[in-house]
Formats: sequence, C-alpha cells, structure tokens
Amino acid sequence: MHQIACHECDLIHDIPAMPSRAAAVCVRCGCVMFRAQANSIDRTLAWTFAGLVLYIVAVSFPFLAMKNGPIFNETGLLTGIQLLFKQGIIPLATLVFLTCVLIPLIQMLGLLYIFVPLKLNVRVQYAMPVFRLFKHVKPWSMMEIYMLGILVSIVKLGKMATIIPGLAVIAFGLLIFVLNFALSSVDSHMVWERLEGDS
Amino acid sequence: MKVTRASALQLGLVSCHACHLLSRKPKASTHGVACCPRCGEELHQRKPNSLMRTWALVLAAIIFYIPANVLPMTITSALGTVQADTIMSGVIYFMQHGSWEIALVIFTASVFVPFLKFVILIYLLLSIHFKSIKRPKDRTRLYRFTEAIGRWSMLDIYVVTILVALVKLGFLADIEAGPAALYFALVVVTTMIAAESFDPRLIWDVVEEKHE
Repeated sequence: MHQIACHECDLIHDIPAMPSRAAAVCVRCGCVMFRAQANSIDRTLAWTFAGLVLYIVAVSFPFLAMKNGPIFNETGLLTGIQLLFKQGIIPLATLVFLTCVLIPLIQMLGLLYIFVPLKLNVRVQYAMPVFRLFKHVKPWSMMEIYMLGILVSIVKLGKMATIIPGLAVIAFGLLIFVLNFALSSVDSHMVWERLEGDS
Repeated sequence: MKVTRASALQLGLVSCHACHLLSRKPKASTHGVACCPRCGEELHQRKPNSLMRTWALVLAAIIFYIPANVLPMTITSALGTVQADTIMSGVIYFMQHGSWEIALVIFTASVFVPFLKFVILIYLLLSIHFKSIKRPKDRTRLYRFTEAIGRWSMLDIYVVTILVALVKLGFLADIEAGPAALYFALVVVTTMIAAESFDPRLIWDVVEEKHE
C-alpha cells in the first residue's frame, strides 16, 4: 500500500497492490493516474528493437517518389528537411527534424538504456535522468501527424504527377504503431521503483 | 481504492511531476530549489507561475496566429508564374476541386484546432481568476482535451516540408515555404507550451478553498 496524488487534481489516493493491466483512476477528476503492465520489461524491449529496425529502414530507404512523364524525383525522409535548411528556414527545418526524426530515436534509445539493464539486473549511471528526459520529450514525438501530412501531399500533387510510396513510408507507418506499443508497455511506476531500489 | 479526502497541498505533501513520488514539502528555503528525493526532478507544489505563463504564451500565440493565416504558406512557381497560397486559399482550392475531406482535415488542423485551444485555455484561465466552482471535473476534461489536440496543428508544416521535397528544383514547378510557415510553427509550439504550463490542479484548489 502506498500513497500517490492525482497529477491533475492533487487528490491523495491509497493504492493497494495492483493486479497487472489494471488502471488506477482518480475518483475525483477521472484521470488515469497510472496503469500496471504485465511483462513490462520483455514487451517494451521487444517492441523497441522492432522499432529500431523499422527506423533504420525509414531513414535510409527512398521515401516518396514523384513521376511526371520523363521526370522522376525520389526523396528520402530527410530530403525535405535538408531543402528547408538550404532555403534558410532553419527553425522550421529544426522543428521537423526534432519532432519526426530525432525525438522518436531518443525515445527508443532511452528505452533501451533503461530496460536492457533492468532486464540484465545491472546498474547503469544516469538511468534516472535518462528516464526523466524520456518522459519530457514524449509530447514532441509527432510521427503520426507526419503520416497524415504524406496523405494530404499525395492528394495535393495527385493531379500533377504520380506519387509512388517507397519502402521507407511503409516502415515509417509501421514504426508509428510499434513505437506506440513500446510506449504503452512501459510501466513507469515499476521502473521508478526498480531504479530507486538499485541506487 | 480507499480515499482520504484531501489533496497533497492540504497535507503539506508534494507530488513529483516526473516520478509521482509523494514527499514532505521541504522547509521554505529562500535559495535553491527542492528536488525529488527519488528521481531528482525539481519539486513544485504547483507549476511555477502557471497562470501568468499560460496567459503570456496564449497571447503570444494569438499574435502569431494572425500572420500565420494572412501571409502565404507556400510559394509555387511554375512556368514563369508565381503563386502564393495561404492556409485558407489551400482549403478553398481543395473544396472547389472536390476533395472536401482533405479541405476539412486541413481546416480542422490548421485553423480550427489552434482557435479552439485559445478559447478553451482562456476560458480555463478566467474560470480560475473568477474562482469558479462550477463543474471542475468537466473543466479538467477540457484541459486534457486541449493537451491532446494541439499537436495535430503541425500537419500543415509537414505538408509544406513534403511538398518542398517532392517538387524541387529542376522540375517544371518549384515550391518554397512561405513566411506563414514559420509563424504557424510558432503558434503550434507556443500553444503546446501554454497547455503544458497550465496546472489543472488550480481548478481544484479553488473548489477546495470554497468548501472549507
């Protein structure tokens, strides 16, 4: 039995030992305070490794190609960002790079840094700051919105040329789901307790 | 689940923002900041200067919202003609060309969602200023909703990035990002930080105050 305060209305709750997959819901404001997960470490690691493979494919293979008669123009995930950079719109290029390329990578590497040592029962330095960083960057990972942007662009250019989705788009689309599964397998309370016990 | 009907604030406890550990509020210290004994995150009973910060960021976002909608988002040059498109002209283009679904998606993400966020955040801020005790649960829900929808406004920024990449130099046409793209990005970032700096617990503090 331990106490926590709801992070949205500050009401104190006594939390009994939770069965796995149960959620603790605030009785006053109805927000989900946390969710206990079964096999959190194994499942998170599995999804994260799958995510990393997809990520490598998404970054290195051709993303979209545009065909208009004899002209064939192939782009990668990073092409648009590089072009924005060259056009001098650096803040915009940086924002797109952060939200769709760097932060998803930070999330996956962060998960590996926390969960591999937990699995092997070893201690690593800076595990807590890394996990804190992982929690702070979460709202800024926006791959699913980029995917919707691809759909809108295809419709927008559809009348001008043929758009051919590349292998990277498929990997990127799958990565959105896989990363979400990885994130939802994380049992934060378990992680904090394990990290606390280690130090 | 048993509930001791009190908030952490009333009991002099602080809940860590990062790891949720409840700890005793440290003795008032004039220098330095208190950190969570477990994870080392800075401890605050309420997000610091929550109301002021949220007001400032919302107002800044409203100011950025104007050039974002008035200035051109993309500049297309094809065969010697140059065409500047704003967000709304893009929406109208899609409506006239039969893809009203895409028009609706762009309008919702780029025009409606930021506007809705302004309205909800200002309403929440005013409700705290005027110490409203009406429907705190629904107001907390509204807050959760604004937090969730804000990110979708990034859509147009991504569309511009993808268009720039696909239609690049050497092609018959060339698309460049217009000045509105930058203002638009600022709207999204400032409203997201505004929602993050708002503390929904303030809604409940007022309710608890009135009940005592």
